[in-house]
Formats: sequence, structure tokens, C-alpha cells
Amino acid sequence: MTRLWSAGRLTYLALAVTALMSIFPIYWMFVVASRTSDAMGQVPPPVTPGGNLGANIARLFANTDAYFLTGLINSAIVAGTVTVSVVFFSTLAGFAFAKLRFRGRNALLLVIVATMMVPTQLGVIPLYLLMTKLNWNDRLPAVIVPALVTGFGVFMMRQYAGQAVSTELIEAARMDGCNTARIYWNVVLPALRPAAAVLGLLTFMTTWNDFLWPYAVLNDPENPTVQLSLRALSDGYYQDMSQVFTGTAIATLPLLLVFVAFGRQIIGGIMEGAVKA
Amino acid sequence: MAVQLDARPPVAPAPGTTRPSRGARLSRFDTRYSPYLYIAPFFLLFGVFGIYPLAYTFWVSLHDWDLLGAEHPFVGFDNYSQLLADPDFWHSVVNTLGIFVIATIPQLLLALWLANLLNRQLRARTTWRMAVLIPNVTSTAAVAIVFAVLFGRDFGMINWLLDHVGVDAVDWKANRLASWVAISTMVDWRWTGYNALIFLAAMQAIPRDLYESAAIDGAGRARQFWSITVPLLKPTIIFAVIISTIGGLQLFTEPRLFNSGTNAIRGGPLRESQTVTMYMFENAFAPHYNFGYGSAIAWLLFALIAVVAAVNVLLLRRLGGGARKEEPR
Repeated sequence: MTRLWSAGRLTYLALAVTALMSIFPIYWMFVVASRTSDAMGQVPPPVTPGGNLGANIARLFANTDAYFLTGLINSAIVAGTVTVSVVFFSTLAGFAFAKLRFRGRNALLLVIVATMMVPTQLGVIPLYLLMTKLNWNDRLPAVIVPALVTGFGVFMMRQYAGQAVSTELIEAARMDGCNTARIYWNVVLPALRPAAAVLGLLTFMTTWNDFLWPYAVLNDPENPTVQLSLRALSDGYYQDMSQVFTGTAIATLPLLLVFVAFGRQIIGGIMEGAVKA
Repeated sequence: MAVQLDARPPVAPAPGTTRPSRGARLSRFDTRYSPYLYIAPFFLLFGVFGIYPLAYTFWVSLHDWDLLGAEHPFVGFDNYSQLLADPDFWHSVVNTLGIFVIATIPQLLLALWLANLLNRQLRARTTWRMAVLIPNVTSTAAVAIVFAVLFGRDFGMINWLLDHVGVDAVDWKANRLASWVAISTMVDWRWTGYNALIFLAAMQAIPRDLYESAAIDGAGRARQFWSITVPLLKPTIIFAVIISTIGGLQLFTEPRLFNSGTNAIRGGPLRESQTVTMYMFENAFAPHYNFGYGSAIAWLLFALIAVVAAVNVLLLRRLGGGARKEEPR
């Protein structure tokens, strides 16, 4: 008996149909982005790329309602900063929870797990009032600072550090006179690198995609994230669909590139997290 | 040992060059207190920007609090009693629950089925997994805009396809039930593959010999799936349902961008697809800026999430408990 059930033709057929439905909306986004705006009214709808992508991109970046370039730059700044911060603080705290002994460790870890279940999105109103007080409304710190840490990241790094960081190595480093900070930097961080990379990728994608909180707090149309630029495009008085779709395609492209380059690792991270959670 | 030390930059003076008591004191301080230093950033930042706003939401909800008012008088539970009598609020609750049910049940069943397919001996395994996960990594806002066009009344591809099988054009935005279906489709498109991978991970942890002995006892594939796989997946299914409940009841981006123009935050002219979070936004931010009322909505939504999550867990426990008795030893 084989270890796994073999896959018959029907299995492949079903998977192929699923894959097609998964990919089609993304593919079609690029189709419309590369055509003229009258493509929307055509029957049957066009399913092959046209030659108008360059012109659409030019019009998109010239659009004075969307501030698309500013949106792209802002999103890169926000997602980049948040990713570095989440990875740093998560590896630090994950290491402490997995490998250091201190009073209240288990109780505090439980608090972290509980925070993953809390719908913090419901706190947007006081958060908005807080940002008004800090004078951060309409400015990037308003979307960066609240995202600097996540319970998910700490928990994920704690789970991984438990198995990936050797206790003997830590002890040996201590014997050699390393203080805890040195141990983190020279022993723990290198061992955590694979999982930290996955956490970084997931964080980057989540932050890049975030919509609700930026929508609440960044009300200045001249200073959007890229997702807010998309909203401005799609809510416009006249909808030029090839231009809107060019925007959605460009906003999606960085995520697709990350996914194509690191898909295997991302899948591994999601599946490992599922077994442990 | 000396060689080893030389290999890395000197971080602490070698023992003997400084007074040992100071070094020892520092080291004891380090081992005892540095763990707190390492976890402090999380608790500090999450406390200020996560928990405090959530708790303070309740305080705000007890006040008549708007953007321009210099004072915000305490009004007790007035916002809540007003809300409970607000038909637009209940309308949004029904929308949210409707979308949640239409989205979640097919999604989890499809994910189970898909995981079962992916759990077979496949060529190009990683490629198939990437293909089902790709919707999950795309930009939610971008996809919502694309789906809004696919579900367009006059030139949408879905209606064009439906026309081929003899179904009349559906006005996906103006019909309340149809808008729920369209939004649920977006949610499922994004999350089915993700949940399938979670289920797949749990399936791979099930020992093979369970299936082998079931096969010897004459159980077919379908029987094995329902009597072994599903009961053993119960903890994972419960986990997925809780996560879907928390996310699904706060649904915002998809319905918000499914609609466009001035009525977008209302989910259409007759609030066809306005979720509770959208209603909270409409009241708390532009155009009303009524923070007190918005906060009351947030807390009732919080309560709704807790209740629905608890009911789901209870239901699933029952379901799994019944199946367990048939489980082969």
C-alpha cells in the first residue's frame, strides 16, 4: 500500500479548475490594465492582454486625484518599517519566552495568545482620538506606530525558538562571558532566521494590504497609502476602468513578486503555524 | 577556550581584569531582569495602541461625544438604548450575519475538500499549493474593486456567463441577497485556499495506519474521510471557525469597495450590503463624527462576535462528539 492515496485524473482536474479560479481575477486585472477603457463594454469580455499598459501607467501617475506615486512610496515606507520592527520585537520576545526563565513567564505568554483573539479593530475610535492628541492625524506615524508589534509574531517566534535554538549553545555562550543581548544577537537571531523571514514576509503583505485603519486616520487625499489611492480611483466621479485596474495591478505586483520568490517558505510557515497553534 | 574567545569580538573583559564582584553583579542583574526588557516593547506598545483603545471605547460609548462639541456629557447607556431601537443598526447586523453564513459554511466545506485533494500523492506539489494560496496574498482593496466589476450589472463577466446558461442579468448591487452572495464570493475566493492549507497541515499529522486498518475493515474513501479525518481535524476546524468568526463579523474592506461613490459607506442607497463595521464608520467618522454612538456600535459588535464564536464552538463540539463514537480503534 502506498503511503498516500494516489491522485487520479479527477483530482488533477479539480485542482486545475480551482487553480484557474484562483488566478483568473488576478490575470484579468492585468488584461484590463493593458487595454483601452472601452474594453469594459465589449461583449464577449476580452481575456487577452492589449498593448495599452504603458499609456495607462502614464495616465495613472498623472491623475491628480489619486496621488498614486505618493501612495506607493508611503506604503513602502509603512510596510518596510513595520516589518523590521515586528521581526525585531518578535524575535526578542519570542527568545525570552522560549529560552529565558523569569517570574510570570507562562501567565504573560497566555496574555499574548489571548491578544491574538482580541478584535482590536474595534478600538479605532479612541485610537483616532489618541492620534488627534499626538497630532499624528494624516501622517504616517499614525499607521506605523500601532502596528509595530503583534501577538502573532511573538507567539510564532516563541514556538520556533523552542526547537531551533539550542540551549547548550546559549549556556556555552554565557560561559564565554556573553551577556543576554550578545546571545540574542550572535546565537539566537541567526538560528531564527528562516522563521523570521517568513514572519517578515507575512507582516509586509498584511501591512501593505491594510485598509481600515489608514482609511480612518489618513484623511488628507494628498498623503494616502496605495490602498487609499485605489479607493480614490474607484470612487472617482467618472470611472476610467483601465486606469483603475492599472492601479490595482501595480498595487498587487509587489505582493505577487514576493509570493513567487518565497512561496514555498510562506506555505511552510502557514502550515507549521497551523500544526502548533 | 582562549581560541574560541578570540574568534568573536571581545564583548566582556576577560575574568580577572576587572573586579569580579562588579561583573558578577551585572551578570545577575542581566539574567534576572533582561527577559522583562525583551518582552516589554510588546506589552507597552500593545497596551497603548491595542488594549487601551478597546477599553476606552466603552468609556466613550457612555458619553454624548462628537468631534466639534467642547464638552461630552456622560449619558449612561443612552447610546445603547438608542442603538437597540435603531433599525439601520439591526439591518447591518442582519447583513453581517447573512454574509458570514453564506461565506463561511461553503468556504470551510470547500477547504476540507481541497485539503483532501492536496493530501494525495501529487506531482508539482508546491505549485498546486501556491495556486490555491495566491488569492490570499493579493491586495484586498484591489480584489474588491476587480470583483465589483466582475459582478457588474450591464457588462460584468458573471452576468455574461449566467446569460449563457439562460439566467437573466442579476443586479448584484441593488438586490440585497445578491450583494451578500457577491461579497461572500470575494471572501471565499481569498480564504478558501488558506484554510485548505491549514487543514492539510493537520491532515498530514494523522497517522497513516489509522486509514490502513479502516481500509482493512472495509471502509471506503468517503467513509474514512468522515469517520477518521473530520473527527481528528476537529481542533483545527474549531480554530478556523473562531478565526473566521472574528474576521467575518468585522468585514469591512470588501463590502466598502464593492460599493463606490457617495453612498459607498452606507453599502448602497438602501444599505443593501452595509456591515456593522461600516455602520460604525458611518457614525463615528465622516459624515457624522459621533464618537459616542460609534463606540456603542463597536461594543455591541464585540459582544456579537463573542456570542457567535461561543455558539459555533458549542455546536462543533457536539458534532465532533457524535462522530467520535464511530471512530475505529
